[in-house]
Amino acid sequence: MLNPISLAFKKAKQENRAALLTYTVAGDSSKKQSLDILKSISKHADILELGVPHNTPVADGSQIQTSAYRAIKNGIKMNDIFKIVKDFKKSNKNKPIILMGYFNMIFQYGENKFLNKCNSSGVNGLIVVDLPWPENKNFAKKCKKKSIYFIQLLSPTTTTKRLNKIIRDSHPMNYFISMLSTTGGKLKVSPNDILKNYTKIKKIDPKKEIVIGFGITEKTIGKLKSADGLVVGSAICKEISKSLEHRQNPVTNVSKLVKKLKSKIL
Amino acid sequence: MKIKKKIPLIDQANKLGFWGGKFGGNYVPETLKKPIEDLEILFNKLKNDKRFIAERDKYFKNWVGAPTRFIKLENLTNHVGGAQIWSKVVSDANGGAHKIYNATVHCLLAKRSGKKFIIGDTGAGYAGKMLSMAAKKFGLKCKIFMGAKDIARQQPNVKAMKKNDAEVIPVYSGSQTLVDAVSECMRYWVANCDTTAMCVGSTVGPAVFVRICGWSTSQISRELKIQLIDEFGSIPKKLKLYNCVGGGSSSFGFWNEFMDYDKKQCEFIGVEAGGPIKSKKHAAPLTYGSKIGILHGAAQYVNQNSDGQIEETESISAGLDYPGISPLHCFLKDTKRARYTAASDEDALSAYKIVTKFEKLRPSLEPSHAFSVAIKEAKKLNKDTIVVVNSCGDAYKDREILKKRLGKKYVEPN
Repeated sequence: MLNPISLAFKKAKQENRAALLTYTVAGDSSKKQSLDILKSISKHADILELGVPHNTPVADGSQIQTSAYRAIKNGIKMNDIFKIVKDFKKSNKNKPIILMGYFNMIFQYGENKFLNKCNSSGVNGLIVVDLPWPENKNFAKKCKKKSIYFIQLLSPTTTTKRLNKIIRDSHPMNYFISMLSTTGGKLKVSPNDILKNYTKIKKIDPKKEIVIGFGITEKTIGKLKSADGLVVGSAICKEISKSLEHRQNPVTNVSKLVKKLKSKIL
Repeated sequence: MKIKKKIPLIDQANKLGFWGGKFGGNYVPETLKKPIEDLEILFNKLKNDKRFIAERDKYFKNWVGAPTRFIKLENLTNHVGGAQIWSKVVSDANGGAHKIYNATVHCLLAKRSGKKFIIGDTGAGYAGKMLSMAAKKFGLKCKIFMGAKDIARQQPNVKAMKKNDAEVIPVYSGSQTLVDAVSECMRYWVANCDTTAMCVGSTVGPAVFVRICGWSTSQISRELKIQLIDEFGSIPKKLKLYNCVGGGSSSFGFWNEFMDYDKKQCEFIGVEAGGPIKSKKHAAPLTYGSKIGILHGAAQYVNQNSDGQIEETESISAGLDYPGISPLHCFLKDTKRARYTAASDEDALSAYKIVTKFEKLRPSLEPSHAFSVAIKEAKKLNKDTIVVVNSCGDAYKDREILKKRLGKKYVEPN
């Protein structure tokens, strides 16, 4: 059976649009609430990235850090995260889930045990922020054996030579970081320049799906809609923080935001 | 796992940057791969370039002030009544600590690569102060990331950084100490690596930063080797080198030139920060058996919980208050070349009292940890043994803490 991630891209293509990928942090602001958010936004989003919170993140901006610290403070553990995925999948069997996090969490869990648990709970892909190529070669192979996509990150600083090598080794989906920034930075390059880079990468192997992430908000998403997929993370985390601050329900607010995001790329 | 002879330890990592096959590496976001590779190419070229070495030595000699003194602590030796106790007074260096070596080299590298901005992290404030000094000297704009808790407890160094026109950026995340400062500094570099050079303040971080820092602080042992031969005619038969270990930059630099000697002749003793006696928290991952994990781009022994979250540390000394430890020290521990132990906050304070009572030397709280263990062990040794303690920082920055914990009489007027 095809990985649900590929099915999601296929479906979006049939509808002649980019796939919408969301990022929320597991356990933000509680285990139950993050599950409720996933369930609620799955109506609009094509692929759900679920962040594994870590307390020394070297690539996350303040919005995602706030979400991650909040989740850790509320006691989220690796096994709770797998349980959230499993519970979600009970009612959304075909909605793809990608776990995104830092390598130490996998390293401490044990690579093989981690992947087995991914399989049994229904994780379809992994993004490991601080395990770049070629360091990730062995782990990516292990993922492949388990039919889990290991998603390679590509950046504006990645040289052409390196791009070619990474894409040659890559699984069907890759992630292009729009600009030099941590997550949630203000978009400091024009959408046109981002798409130029995107096209360059896409040409290397047109069969591979390339999503764009970092700095994408309600305002900018429409201008990038020609990509295979677009990831929104910090804007969602910010919405959760704002809702909590105003004592509003994050689940409904986030759901509204994701619906709006979706409408911009239709 | 084995140390090779005649090859500098910083060059004993494998192709992916791992010492002993498992410590170090480059666990970094994709965006940093290219700037790190560029820095590696530059450093590998320049570290063997005679003109670059001459330039470095010129600044070390004329600006940093090499060599720093090597002195016998006669009164302390008589008081303790065992081994001869000596000190390498690295705090003589311009700015008052060993951090000046790494800062100088990073600024020289930044100039060579055409960068106009440099950023760095700091705990005790020495790494930041020295980077601000060097940046000013070499005409680079400088930002220093420092935990809010450390800003409050190390004010003299914060003032010095500002005086050198550096922007001090307080970090409020996590425990608001060094670990968070390093994270924030790396995050800033992720977003600005096209224009900005990064200096990691110790022998930690992605492999190239470990190497650059180790290469820079090795100045300490180059000087000491000459000074020992001048004093004793040869390297003493029984030499013990005591150094505090936080990230591990001063201790590595203090030991590097003696690496190939048998440990029965030249023993290395690293003293970590054990934290307050009554607290379970500490900053001593090697002493208390922490597991290997990944922190700031490198695999190392690190204080963490079973899930892999980095644990908060506690120590009176901001410079040692770091949950991880250099991959170089992990390698030295597992190959048994160095021995590691810890001293508590209270141990360090009483060592400071003893040293300042008998000698005209004011070690900061960091080397006071090393003095504590050196004094205890020297008692049991005879006078043929030469104990050398690296007094790698001056206590001026600790005056508020010392005043509070020990009383006014232990703090000299400016």
